[in-house]
Amino acid sequence: MVVVRTVTSFGRSGTFDWLYQRVTAVILLAYVLFIVGFIFFTKDFGYQAWSELFAQRWMRVFSLVALLSTIIHAWIGLWSVVTDYITNRMMGGKATVLRLFVEVILAAVAVLYTVWGIEILWGV
Amino acid sequence: MLKVSIYRYNPETDKAPYMQDYQLDTQGKDLMVLDVLELLKAEDATLSFRRSCREGVCGSDGMNISGRNGLACTTPLSEAAPKGKLVLRPLPGLPVIRDLVVDMEQFYEQYRKIEPYLQNDTPAPAIERLQSPEDREKLDGLYECILCACCSTACPSFWWNPDKFIGPAGLLQAYRFLADSRDLATDERLSNLDDPFSVFRCHGIQNCVNVCPKGLNPTRAIGHIRNMLLTRAV
Repeated sequence: MVVVRTVTSFGRSGTFDWLYQRVTAVILLAYVLFIVGFIFFTKDFGYQAWSELFAQRWMRVFSLVALLSTIIHAWIGLWSVVTDYITNRMMGGKATVLRLFVEVILAAVAVLYTVWGIEILWGV
Repeated sequence: MLKVSIYRYNPETDKAPYMQDYQLDTQGKDLMVLDVLELLKAEDATLSFRRSCREGVCGSDGMNISGRNGLACTTPLSEAAPKGKLVLRPLPGLPVIRDLVVDMEQFYEQYRKIEPYLQNDTPAPAIERLQSPEDREKLDGLYECILCACCSTACPSFWWNPDKFIGPAGLLQAYRFLADSRDLATDERLSNLDDPFSVFRCHGIQNCVNVCPKGLNPTRAIGHIRNMLLTRAV
């Protein structure tokens, strides 16, 4: 049997990609619920409460984990979309160039967001 | 009068496929779609389609019937053309050889990949390899597949990657051998399915379950395979 091999998928195994996507989804759900809950249940919600929250290390780590989860979740999802629609079967050799081009842009955005996110979280 | 619109394409004479309209007097009978095709073929011998057993066992006459994949021989007009208009197209996604006849090679290639035969290299016993009734029960809902390709050709993931994604029919059969107590190649089989395409292009939209003429559930089988892969991996 010829096994399909890929080097650009996140975990390089379908099982791990699948698992990472589920785990990151749970983390993102927890983060969204926490943030929405904080906004609605904090008395005198405003700049003061917001900056006090983000001054704490656990909140910065939690936010960074959520940011990395977003990056991983998006990479796995968008990689699936790219390999569904930009295929050599439909477009010939130019699909390889186009697919790699899109993947490099996505990777660059992922690195940019990660560095930028860390700067913001530890910069305030 | 029944109006029938049929996809026609003869690559030797036609530049492009087209829809041809027919009229048929069904005399008020609730015919099967295959009966309609046979009656039309008696008038127009160039009309091409596959058929064999005409009772939903062989899986030859899978086609797209008024927008939904199914077997022509077991789909009545009351279901396929309630308003008196029947539209017949070949199974979507596969190359058309002529009219309603498609090239099934991509489909069979994926079936071949899952090695659809019992693998057991222990010495064969004097009698059959026996199974407990409970183990035999695990094959129910799996062995009944007739490989008509209605499910795989209803699946967008199979349309996009028919060369990489096994597809619901192949995966149902993959699980049929993974679940078989007599098969000893479970680990090799799972290793061959662990890449991001073979199993994991299934996003669970259940088009396969929706169209299966035998009422089988490939999505559930794929879920079982995923759980086996996960159990092995974590």
